[in-house]
Amino acid sequence: MSNQQKHWEKTRSLLFITLAIWFVFSIGIFLFGAEMNKVTGPFGYPWTYWFTCQGSLGAFVILIFWFANRQEKIDEEFGFSEREDE
Amino acid sequence: MKGNFIDNLPKVYGIYTGGFIGFIIIMAIAEQMGMTAKAIGIAFVAFTVFIYALIGWLSRTAQADAYYVAGRQVPTVFNGMATAADWMSGASFVAMAGGIYFKGYGYMALLVGWTGGYVLVASLLAPYLRKFGCYTVPDFIGTRYGGNLARFSAVVVLTVASFTYVTAQINATGTIASVALDIPFQYAVYIGLISILLCSMLGGMRGVTWTQVAQYIVLIIAYLLPVFWISNKIGAGFFPHFMLADEVARIGELEQQFGFVKNAAADLKSVPKGLAGITKAHSAVNATPWAFISLALAMMMGTASLPHVMMRYFTTPSVKAARKSVGWSLFFIFLLYSSAPMLATLSKLSLIDPNLPTGIIGKTFAEVEAIDWYQNWNQANLMFISDFNGNGTLELNEFFMGGKAVVLATPEIAGLPYVISGLVAAGGMAAAMSTADGLILAIANAISHDVYYKIIDPKAETAKRLLVARVLLVVIGFAGATIAAMEIQGILGSVIWAFDFAMSGLFFPLVLGVWWKRANRQGAIAGMLGGLAAGTWYLVWVRTGGSGFLGITQLTFGIFGSAVSLVLMVVVSLMTTEPDKATQKMVDDVRVPSGKTILGKSH
Repeated sequence: MSNQQKHWEKTRSLLFITLAIWFVFSIGIFLFGAEMNKVTGPFGYPWTYWFTCQGSLGAFVILIFWFANRQEKIDEEFGFSEREDE
Repeated sequence: MKGNFIDNLPKVYGIYTGGFIGFIIIMAIAEQMGMTAKAIGIAFVAFTVFIYALIGWLSRTAQADAYYVAGRQVPTVFNGMATAADWMSGASFVAMAGGIYFKGYGYMALLVGWTGGYVLVASLLAPYLRKFGCYTVPDFIGTRYGGNLARFSAVVVLTVASFTYVTAQINATGTIASVALDIPFQYAVYIGLISILLCSMLGGMRGVTWTQVAQYIVLIIAYLLPVFWISNKIGAGFFPHFMLADEVARIGELEQQFGFVKNAAADLKSVPKGLAGITKAHSAVNATPWAFISLALAMMMGTASLPHVMMRYFTTPSVKAARKSVGWSLFFIFLLYSSAPMLATLSKLSLIDPNLPTGIIGKTFAEVEAIDWYQNWNQANLMFISDFNGNGTLELNEFFMGGKAVVLATPEIAGLPYVISGLVAAGGMAAAMSTADGLILAIANAISHDVYYKIIDPKAETAKRLLVARVLLVVIGFAGATIAAMEIQGILGSVIWAFDFAMSGLFFPLVLGVWWKRANRQGAIAGMLGGLAAGTWYLVWVRTGGSGFLGITQLTFGIFGSAVSLVLMVVVSLMTTEPDKATQKMVDDVRVPSGKTILGKSH
């Protein structure tokens, strides 16, 4: 397998992990919205309410930065990261 | 000046922010000295619009890559701010807190959808399209799949989606201008339009970028300041986001106590159009999982397909910067979106809690009618009370309000000085203008670059191309304003439709263009046109009394459209020949960040 294929392979697995986490916070937890809302969560808000106001939104912000860092590492590993002068 | 300007950005915008805060303080002092509310409103809107126009003029350019992609030198964090302003429209600023106030949980799917979509943007599309080096979204489609028909189909989808969206934004600009400047809506729409064009016409993407950063600063101050102030004033907590749990619980108690009494249809007839009462629980789960998830999903996929957002990531200096920039965009959006439910909570509690001095439920009608702010907003057609049961005291089901009032009227209800209301008007104007600019530019650029330059006259010189682009900008702006002046669909409805149109036609052709090498021209054309047609058909069918299926409503028709698009694209691609070697090589090159962009610096 060429260097580029290996790079793409890793990039693709990172995508699947990212999308799996995305799925949990955007869709997965809201399958149980009614049940989850009966429990008190962070700062005293009901869990589901908190996720819609802050939790999921904040998780997405962190997820994107985490994804960007991981992808940069993968690019560096295979020598595909951009040089400053490009 | 140019390189210098980029290096000095933090300083330039630091001074700008300081200047704006200084302006707010001057207005506050002027108010104490007797400046009228009307004069303050005019001063806020006129001053901010003047600054944007000045930035637009300073950013004028005669170069194609500056006009189309701001010279690809916008730093990560600033591009994040510009995208946040581009993204957060009049709907986010003015209507969102109102929607949460009235509809609670079911509506908050939009909060999740309009943020979660950025994960898709960052992981599936933005870095690859940046590597591609395109000027517009159809530029990517046209080069990846080849052929004028593919390019043209992308322009069609882009225009349908963005135009639906832009009429709503011009409408919002007009609404705010008409309130703040006290002129009729039909004229205010055109004043709004001229302000919008001043930002974009001379500098194209470069002008829009630097005005959007300025607009973000205004709109975020205008949104957060009242939320914090009100929260502190009513003693709810000095950092509302972490401290409103008791208030949320208190609203739940009051809802129990008052009950949601259903009004008779005959009684509701007397309520002015567009006003609503509180009929849904504030923090309880009031929608089925599928209703919530389908709306969130439609908004997420729509986010990843809307060209005016995607093209912001063409302006970063590198692929790496494009990825990081998506994170910053969402961070800046998060600041406002996480505050909207807090504003809705504070607004609702101020109005309905009898223990607070501002609470009106349980007071007599005579008392409420004597309140200054009630009279003002009743006159503005945004508040209404009616004694349906004839007992003389105001009940929860007898109080009606417009969605916009939550953002526009809450500062006044909570007893904040008028200078805050003026600030909020300037913020709403900034939000609507920045989005309208991004959208008009997306349409005009697609038509001037992809239809005029790439299809009609490939030999046109830069000066002529940019002239065409500017003429189109004005024409599209006026067309949008004319339709906005007719007020066909509400602001929020049109915005949601735009997402559905975009995802129906563009989501899979864009994503598969990067992630599936086998995708070819025939498949992409079938996916774009078939998806758009299917989505449009479903919308018309449901609007004309069709029952719909699978719980897909007129707000989520993009789920049907994009499913059809996916199936068509895969089936047609597999039935026809695979893309040639050159195209496959192109896809390979897009997938790695290093090396030259696919399309040249100027093309």
